[in-house]
Amino acid sequence: MNTIVCIKQVPDTEELQKVKIDPQTNTLIREGVPGIINPFDENAIEEALRLKEKKGGNVTVLSMGPSQAEESLRKALAMGVDGAVLLSDRLFAGSDTLATSYTLAMAIKRIGPFDLILLGKQAIDGDTAQVGPGLAEWLNLPQVTYARKIEVNENKIRVERVLEDAFEVVESPLPALVTVTKDINEPRYPSLRGLLRAKAEKIPIWAAEDLPLDKRKIGLEGSPTQVVKIFIPKPPKRGEILSGEISQVVDKLILEIEKRRTI
Amino acid sequence: MRKIKIIIEKCTGCEKCLPSCPFSAIRIENKKVRILDNCNLCGACIDACPFRAIVLEKEKIRVDLSSYRGVWIFAEQRKGEIMPVTYELLGVGRTLANDLGAELSVFLLGSHMKGKAEEFLNYDLEKIYLIEDPLLNSYRTDLYTQAIVDSVNLKRPEVILMGATSLGRDLAPRVATRLQTGLTADCTGLEIDKKERNLIQTRPALGGNIMARIISPRHRPQIATVRPKVMRRARPGHSKKGEIIEINPTFSQNNEAVKIITLIREEKETVDLQEAEIIVSGGRGLGKPENFSLIRKLADLLGGAVGASRAVVDAGWIQPYHQVGQTGKTVQPKLYIACGISGAIQHQVGMRTSEVIVAINKDPEAPIFNIATYGIVEDLHKFLPILIEKLEKKGKS
Ligand SMILES: Cc1cc2nc3c(=O)[nH]c(=O)nc-3n(C[C@H](O)[C@H](O)[C@H](O)COP(=O)(O)OP(=O)(O)OC[C@H]3O[C@@H](n4cnc5c(N)ncnc54)[C@H](O)[C@@H]3O)c2cc1C
Ligand SMILES: Nc1ncnc2c1ncn2[C@@H]1O[C@H](COP(=O)(O)O)[C@@H](O)[C@H]1O
Repeated sequence: MNTIVCIKQVPDTEELQKVKIDPQTNTLIREGVPGIINPFDENAIEEALRLKEKKGGNVTVLSMGPSQAEESLRKALAMGVDGAVLLSDRLFAGSDTLATSYTLAMAIKRIGPFDLILLGKQAIDGDTAQVGPGLAEWLNLPQVTYARKIEVNENKIRVERVLEDAFEVVESPLPALVTVTKDINEPRYPSLRGLLRAKAEKIPIWAAEDLPLDKRKIGLEGSPTQVVKIFIPKPPKRGEILSGEISQVVDKLILEIEKRRTI
Repeated sequence: MRKIKIIIEKCTGCEKCLPSCPFSAIRIENKKVRILDNCNLCGACIDACPFRAIVLEKEKIRVDLSSYRGVWIFAEQRKGEIMPVTYELLGVGRTLANDLGAELSVFLLGSHMKGKAEEFLNYDLEKIYLIEDPLLNSYRTDLYTQAIVDSVNLKRPEVILMGATSLGRDLAPRVATRLQTGLTADCTGLEIDKKERNLIQTRPALGGNIMARIISPRHRPQIATVRPKVMRRARPGHSKKGEIIEINPTFSQNNEAVKIITLIREEKETVDLQEAEIIVSGGRGLGKPENFSLIRKLADLLGGAVGASRAVVDAGWIQPYHQVGQTGKTVQPKLYIACGISGAIQHQVGMRTSEVIVAINKDPEAPIFNIATYGIVEDLHKFLPILIEKLEKKGKS
């Protein structure tokens, strides 16, 4: 059972908020806002490790991003994955989900045969949830999104999916691509041994020229979507504090609720 | 290729651009700006520079896009029922089509859907594409993708909208990738640039900390998934001017991606938070799991759904699908009542666009009060029972 897990380093929302709250923070922000592994991707790593514990095989993590994304790969190594690959190159900058999924697909072709590809259901920075299905399309694989349980039997997987109003159980042949929700497991903490091993590990960094790529399909040029403007939404206005005797406050609130309900 | 360029002579090292960068990709070195590798080329720093020292260089490429015309709305059906978001897409789709001077169409996949197709005749639209096959009865990524891609190649619409539902977000990226075109996820605003016929798509990113405006100027169709409950619904009651056009899909069995995935549906009782008009949410302030009964009761009385913070989900007080926030659901009800929730940023990003937010928390400093329309600084164990009792009385009278 060989699994490849795609992980993304994302900015820590908490830190981002600090930057945004005070636009006068003219401090030199290090190599950027501290990064964390996208939370759903930690679930994907955990699931890969559990499947390996049951079925044997290898787990490789793959990430595309600036050089600091290496930290996230090291954390994955410390959690217990067998290998890590970083895709980093200025030419990848500005990739949208189409270019990202293409680049990841080409890297996966170089990594070699696999049974399963796992991803998070979405990245908390872009929130697109598009890279998984996009990658499945480039690799011509069946996809199962929003998994909360994966069972492997022979050459098939049985997956429980979380939908808005139901769960769905589906079966797919392997190899396949699955994106996971946080309901699937509780990610482990790195062990001390893992941390030591991760520190010593050499992580290969692949650039565009290391992959069998069509240069027109990567980075900004390979990205059909263009961000033309970014703006900060109006901060929500601070509302009213309803004060007074509890029962008066309750009455005021009921009045407001009823107003809303009739609209 | 686009590129951010610094005109070094103009840069004074004033640092005004630093806070504007959502990716913290700017550094000052020797009193000059340097753009780091994690630059996303979003251009936010350009406006922030008082000296116009930052410029975005772009190269214009012209592609013939004129053979693509019209706006297509994906009519999402589950078990033969049309999902509400479809009518919201029809609402905004009409405006977009008018601005483009083009036709508005729905496309509907399934089997035995003729009756449903006819119902769309009551709406203000030009065409209904009915794509029927027994294999399309219930949703399957591979077959739906193929049927849609084939139909799009046949009819060439310039804009396609789908609901940002679990189905839409499973399907749209697969379709867009096969068509090698642009897709923008979970949009909350859509407009047309009439001159370039571009769809201007607005969506939140970075957990709602920033809004991005996105176009796909060189590709057609332009595809977007649209967040449910944001656009105004189209209303029926129009003269029946629409026309139903049937398309018969063909499926190639040797396609690697078309391996059969069997569906075993086991319906469970879950809440559809994203569709709820009213949500009552509970957090750690409830004190213990049993107290969720207060939340449930209030939700029942108001005809709403039950939400939760991550703290109580992690503590096992309630099932994960109730979680609202960055790693839970993004919701936008008419009324959101947060009980005993501090309002951490990760919670806020999932609910702060709710129309009215009521917060009940005993700590006046709780961040939830920064975004609450109505804040109530009270102990919820005192407040909620009184509220419930009064609502019950009202219900009876
Ligand atoms: C990567 C990441 C992702 C996350 N994603 C999410 C997410 O999706 N959703 C989410 O909710 N959180 C998320 N979190 C967690 C988030 O940071 C907070 O820890 C969490 O939201 C806190 O939940 P809470 O408000 O219930 O608990 P607390 O922060 O403990 O707040 C409890 C509140 O109840 C009040 N209270 C106590 N007793 C009473 C009483 N008797 N009457 C009235 N008020 C009372 C207290 O004053 C306090 O404000 C995430 C965190 C991280 C790091
Ligand atoms: N740059 C990247 N490198 C590796 N994996 C990624 C990258 N971007 C996205 N992913 C994977 O795709 C999932 C969905 O991301 P997104 O489509 O951006 O919401 C994430 O949870 C990751 O598993």
